[in-house]
Amino acid sequence: MELERFSYDNRLPKYFAYATILWGVVGMLAGVLIAFQLAFPFLNLDMAATTFGRVRPVHTNAVIFAFVGNGIFTAIYYSLPRLLKTKMFSKVLGNIHFWGWQLIIVAAAITLLAGYTTGKEYAELEWPIDIAITLVWVVFGINMFGTILTRRERHLYVAIWFFIASWVTVAMLHIVNSMELPVSFMKSYPVYAGVQDALVQWWYGHNAVAFFLTTPYLGLMYYFVPKAANRPVYSYRLSIVHFWSLIFLYIWAGPHHLLYTALPQWAQSLGTAFSIMLLLPSWGGMLNGLFTLRGAWDKVREDPILKFFVVGVTAYGMSTFEGPMLSLKNVNAISHYSDWTVAHVHIGALGWNGFLTFGMLYWLIPRMFKTELFSKKLASAHFWIGTFGIILYAIPMYWAAFRSYFMFKAFTPEGQLQYQFIDIVQTTVPFYIMRAVGGTIFLLGTLLMVYNLVKTVSKGSFVESEEAEAAPLAKTYAPTGKRFWHSVIERKPILLLVMSLLVVALGGIFELIPTFMIKSNIPTIASVKPYTPLELQGRDIYVREGCYTCHSQMIRPFRYEVMRYGEYSKAGEFVYDHPFQWGSKRTGPDLARIGGKYPDSWHFNHMLEPTSMAPGSVMPRYPWLFRRDIDVASTNSKIHAMRMLGVPYEEGYEAKANEDLMAQADKIAATLKTDKIEISSKKEIIALIAYLQRMGKDIKAEPKTTDK
Amino acid sequence: MKFINYLEGITGISIYPMTSLLLFVVFFVLVALWVIRADNGLIDHMKNMPLEKDSID
Repeated sequence: MELERFSYDNRLPKYFAYATILWGVVGMLAGVLIAFQLAFPFLNLDMAATTFGRVRPVHTNAVIFAFVGNGIFTAIYYSLPRLLKTKMFSKVLGNIHFWGWQLIIVAAAITLLAGYTTGKEYAELEWPIDIAITLVWVVFGINMFGTILTRRERHLYVAIWFFIASWVTVAMLHIVNSMELPVSFMKSYPVYAGVQDALVQWWYGHNAVAFFLTTPYLGLMYYFVPKAANRPVYSYRLSIVHFWSLIFLYIWAGPHHLLYTALPQWAQSLGTAFSIMLLLPSWGGMLNGLFTLRGAWDKVREDPILKFFVVGVTAYGMSTFEGPMLSLKNVNAISHYSDWTVAHVHIGALGWNGFLTFGMLYWLIPRMFKTELFSKKLASAHFWIGTFGIILYAIPMYWAAFRSYFMFKAFTPEGQLQYQFIDIVQTTVPFYIMRAVGGTIFLLGTLLMVYNLVKTVSKGSFVESEEAEAAPLAKTYAPTGKRFWHSVIERKPILLLVMSLLVVALGGIFELIPTFMIKSNIPTIASVKPYTPLELQGRDIYVREGCYTCHSQMIRPFRYEVMRYGEYSKAGEFVYDHPFQWGSKRTGPDLARIGGKYPDSWHFNHMLEPTSMAPGSVMPRYPWLFRRDIDVASTNSKIHAMRMLGVPYEEGYEAKANEDLMAQADKIAATLKTDKIEISSKKEIIALIAYLQRMGKDIKAEPKTTDK
Repeated sequence: MKFINYLEGITGISIYPMTSLLLFVVFFVLVALWVIRADNGLIDHMKNMPLEKDSID
């Protein structure tokens, strides 16, 4: 058959690689900043945009969607054409994809620092950006499927399956979790509330880890590890089992983020069961990656790229062992809300995603510039520095988690809690410092890589496109051996796409539908009432400042939590919470029942200068809340939007909402005045105090009944 | 107040976790079957795809 000539474009992979490096450094810098802020609160600089609650989402979003995201695209734009023996479908779409994605990243950083957030972790971006993400994702999809459909290789290599499954699942997750009602430009409320919002969010959150941080990187592993080691993957059969069982199981595991919460018990158990099963495919993948290097371990000693891959894949194995363990309820009781979770995700992010990316870049850049790596020694040094950084990051966090757990649950012989929350915070600070140093060391290693790659680029000459040739696909397919149904699937990309979608959608449907169908079965507690307009404004300030990054609003049914924070949380208490604010980490105490615990003046002083009320506190100061006026112009549309979402404000309440708002604000200002605090009732702090004083109080009004 | 699992009372809720487990088992068996029966030549071909020569120069 006649061979066709074509060329592979290296320009877009190069751009994506540069973006990966740039955003990697930015994301890690933000991480180092917030790590030090936890130990030294003055680093919050008393400015809204530099305060932990706003910078933390920038860190997580930058690392996940900018660093890892561009890493994924680098891998796909490089490997896909080569595996399919064709050029990428469209240069124009590729360019739109590249620049669109970078624009989204810039918009995300600016808006998050400006306080525009939905308050849902890893999905913080507001609705206009959500739409932009959807559009760019579709462009990327068209470009990918266009390439697949015009291929010259009939069979799709396993890496491509992972890319396809990632694309379709991320699309589904993003759309379902971003269902929100715009209130104004850059402000929206999620259509789900309370328990349902929590379930959707962690179905999303967990699978963002699965289908953004894991499956595309498994594709990357299945392409670049064989490339770098110059030997095929250990077992292709294992990779098939690995692929299908991984994508099937992952999607069900989300509820393990909500153990011991007000989520229905059966959903919690389902999440646990599937999480434990997930260990097998995960380890299948890890072993497949590691065994690929069988008989080549002598190469690993010499080659820094393989070193990165080996430790990266090992880190994957470690965190996918840890994950199922953390989803056991008794282990989760210790880890949830603690620094353990933080350590866990950083083994994944720094080890798995970080090291795999570094290995890929060290392999890819010299090849695209037709030269050798500037310095193998420097790359080796980077490897050791990075590994040391991860260890120094993780160990203090594990230690801190166990230490604080034992302190939390310590009781005196008289049955009182032995330690105040603040005691525990203070003993954790040294661990925060060590962690921040570990993160800094990891960043230094990354900067070493930047230098090494810049030097490599400057001594090489860029190969814009590589010529290649291959025979076109024959019109009819004659299989080489026995036929079986799977061979039909992996020759038909659209069928593979549909199958993948079906497999992941099943999990979502089975998990979400019952909770939604039986909405009426979430017992509405009669005394739980909608927020007043002032409280609603205060809640939006709470969301804006990212309070949920350090404070939970979910008291678990443990003796030591109930004694510390009050009555454990009930599902029915959150029915008007758009979005839910249960949080995932307690750097500060739980706030679910903060209402009425302290006088208004306590909150006033605490927000102005936390250490004045809680000596030793690491909470930032919030001086701008005392300067800025409540945005009363938005009250009308906020009430309206809430009613559309099913919150029972009476018809026409919009018109008098601000009257009520001012009346309540004046009352708080008057109370403050009795404590000799003079402040205008128009300031944001008043709204925030109103919200804080409301939290968790409703069920206290519930008429007492005798327990059976 | 005792801890109550609010949604426990729905009739037939156990059908959801049971169905999901069953679906997975069936699915897993099918994939495993194919993997065992797949043609060696095809597997080798796919396995070596990343190692094929990328460019002609």
